[in-house]
Amino acid sequence: MNLDFTPEQIAFREEVRAFIAENYPEDLKSKMADSEELGKEDYLAWHRILAKKGWVAPGWPKEYGGPGWSTVERYIFAEECAKADTMMILPFGINMVGPVIYTFGTPEQKARFLPRILSGEDWWCQGYSEPGAGSDLASLRTKAERQGDHYIVNGQKTWTTLAQHADWGFFLVRTDPDAKMQEGISFLLIDMKSPGITVRPIITLGGEHEVNEVFLDNVKVPVENRIFHENKGWTCAKFLLAHERTGIAGVARSKRGIEKLKQIAKTEQANDRPLIEDPFFRRKIAELEMDLTALEYTELRVLANEQAGKGPGPESSLLKIKGTEVQQRITELVLEAVGHYGAPYFRGFPEDGDNIYPIGPDYAHQAAPRYFNMRKTSIYGGSNEIQRNIIAKMVLGL
Amino acid sequence: MNFEYTEEQTLLRNTLSRYFADAYDFEARRKMTGSDAGRDPAVWTALAEELGILGAAFSEEQGGLGGGALENMLIMEEFGKALAVEPYLSTVVVAGGFLKRSKSPAAEGMIEKIISGEAIVAFAYAEPTGRYDLSAVKTEAKASGSGYTISGQKSVVAGAPWATHFVVTAKTATGVAAFLVEAGADGISMRSYPTVDGGMAAEVQFDGVSVGADARLTAEDGLADIELVVDEATVAACAEAVGCLHQLHAQTMQYAKERKQFGRAIADFQVLQHRMVDMFMEVEQAVSMTLMATLKLGEDAKARAAAVSLAKAKVGRACKFVGENAIQIHGGMGMTDELAVGHYFKRATILEGLFGSIDHHLARYEKLSF
Repeated sequence: MNLDFTPEQIAFREEVRAFIAENYPEDLKSKMADSEELGKEDYLAWHRILAKKGWVAPGWPKEYGGPGWSTVERYIFAEECAKADTMMILPFGINMVGPVIYTFGTPEQKARFLPRILSGEDWWCQGYSEPGAGSDLASLRTKAERQGDHYIVNGQKTWTTLAQHADWGFFLVRTDPDAKMQEGISFLLIDMKSPGITVRPIITLGGEHEVNEVFLDNVKVPVENRIFHENKGWTCAKFLLAHERTGIAGVARSKRGIEKLKQIAKTEQANDRPLIEDPFFRRKIAELEMDLTALEYTELRVLANEQAGKGPGPESSLLKIKGTEVQQRITELVLEAVGHYGAPYFRGFPEDGDNIYPIGPDYAHQAAPRYFNMRKTSIYGGSNEIQRNIIAKMVLGL
Repeated sequence: MNFEYTEEQTLLRNTLSRYFADAYDFEARRKMTGSDAGRDPAVWTALAEELGILGAAFSEEQGGLGGGALENMLIMEEFGKALAVEPYLSTVVVAGGFLKRSKSPAAEGMIEKIISGEAIVAFAYAEPTGRYDLSAVKTEAKASGSGYTISGQKSVVAGAPWATHFVVTAKTATGVAAFLVEAGADGISMRSYPTVDGGMAAEVQFDGVSVGADARLTAEDGLADIELVVDEATVAACAEAVGCLHQLHAQTMQYAKERKQFGRAIADFQVLQHRMVDMFMEVEQAVSMTLMATLKLGEDAKARAAAVSLAKAKVGRACKFVGENAIQIHGGMGMTDELAVGHYFKRATILEGLFGSIDHHLARYEKLSF
């Protein structure tokens, strides 16, 4: 047992670092630094560059277009991306539906969808939650009725992230209305341009248009777009949730987040001294670093198990709970650190207005919206209370 | 990066675990700790001879099995699980830690005695006014002739009544150093007492105790060595705590499944399920932090100390949270002396403060890394 990197792994780190330095788009850097609203092309630019290099799907098996990295190499890659503040790769295709398709799909489905997920040609969204089915996901009521070689889908989904850009969506629908709860659900891939689909924005606390309502009104979906067996979609759903949870810890990004927080706390003044010298504020940062370190080594233990052939199990719920708590606390402390300048609201300002009368430091502009926005993390992907239920049942046998 | 145990390490853990299961169950422990001596010397003999584990963390040249910090971690975890009071921490981890690095001619023979079980060492470092600061030492070692004369008072020296030797920290002309002193040396007086966690300790008075030059185990200005060894001991204490925490959590779940109220097992209540999940998460994170700190003991002094302090603070938090909730979920039964859970809670409480409280270690971490 040791924490040493092999010479090959050290060389790999250098390679990743050099690739990012040479290939990460300059304009994306400045857009992210200025906290500008990002468009579809902005989201995809880095995705396409990584896809070309073969690095966009670190967790995928080689036969489906993954780079064939070990868990350590994936850890190194995530760290280097976080250090360079690169754009996050959207999870819906790469981390969510992709693994479901290569695990449960037919050869035709794999050939049709996987390459387009990798290349970024298809933008995916997730049709899981409904107005009446949140934590109790299995109570979903969107129904799909079989008519010959099609399903006719009717219902409403909600909290559908970035559906406004999506080409495709993966949906949980009820195919057997008489079966109880988890039975009778199927996993469908639906073309978002299909007639009968309406996407309506939901504006969230930070003022952003990130999530949507999706209405399905007699949407015709070919049966060949169903993944796995009819009425067995819950198997795919559970698999996906467990997959979603491991990445969700976000250790590398949180490390970078704490670095930035410390930088802000060194710049901000409290009683004519840097805020970071305030014993109370400093203690909160230390505790955050302590909890992030505990999370990091817990994730490494889980990854080591995974490497040894045990897939992501219910322990990943721990990573979800603790990971999102850390992410939230970072944004809490950034907001606390910027003091008064957490209050000004910048949406809709004329583009060069700030240059004339700068309002507070740049790092303060997104502090409050980010704090508000990050409240979502303990709610999505199965709320942290639901994760506790999962651990209680699946790990502790209670 | 690799998180696998070797076959030898797994064997070591299993051997010790089986021994404790056979010879050191809760009732056996109660008898041993309740006796005048506070222990059964046969256990130490068995650890040395039957199991041969006292040499696990020494190099082969020193007569050991070639292990190190990981072996100490595994052993201490089993001690924690069994609530064993035997002085492995002070004898092997602390005294062994000084001796294996010492250039003193006395060291080699002493390691042999430790491995054979002949020597038991207590670590006399704390003082009435020093709290957790290893440099705040008032005990003095004055140069006299070719050796030293040691005078001062040491507090709550764990295992002192059983010790054949002490490792004593004392102020020298240039700093703080660690000395090896025979427990029976002239000028040493002790007031022994039991401790709340089932162990034995003593207030130890050193009154002009003469030792030779070879008794000094570190440089005269040896604070760096003392900090290194105490960091190793701190991680070992974390590992012992991990053993305790596993038991506290397991016993609590067991009890909650059996105890019925309102016509059902109390483990059916979601409020208690979530509490036990929170305990589980604290235990798992304590395991991770202990592993992290163990693997970082070989790094440079600053990185090592920061890692150890972060781990100790996190493990300390876990001791408090898991311990207190274990008692709470056991309800009135948790308050009785007859259940094991309370005894684990008491040991976890002492471990929480051993080698520094949560606040001490967070402050130390801040000093090192901000």
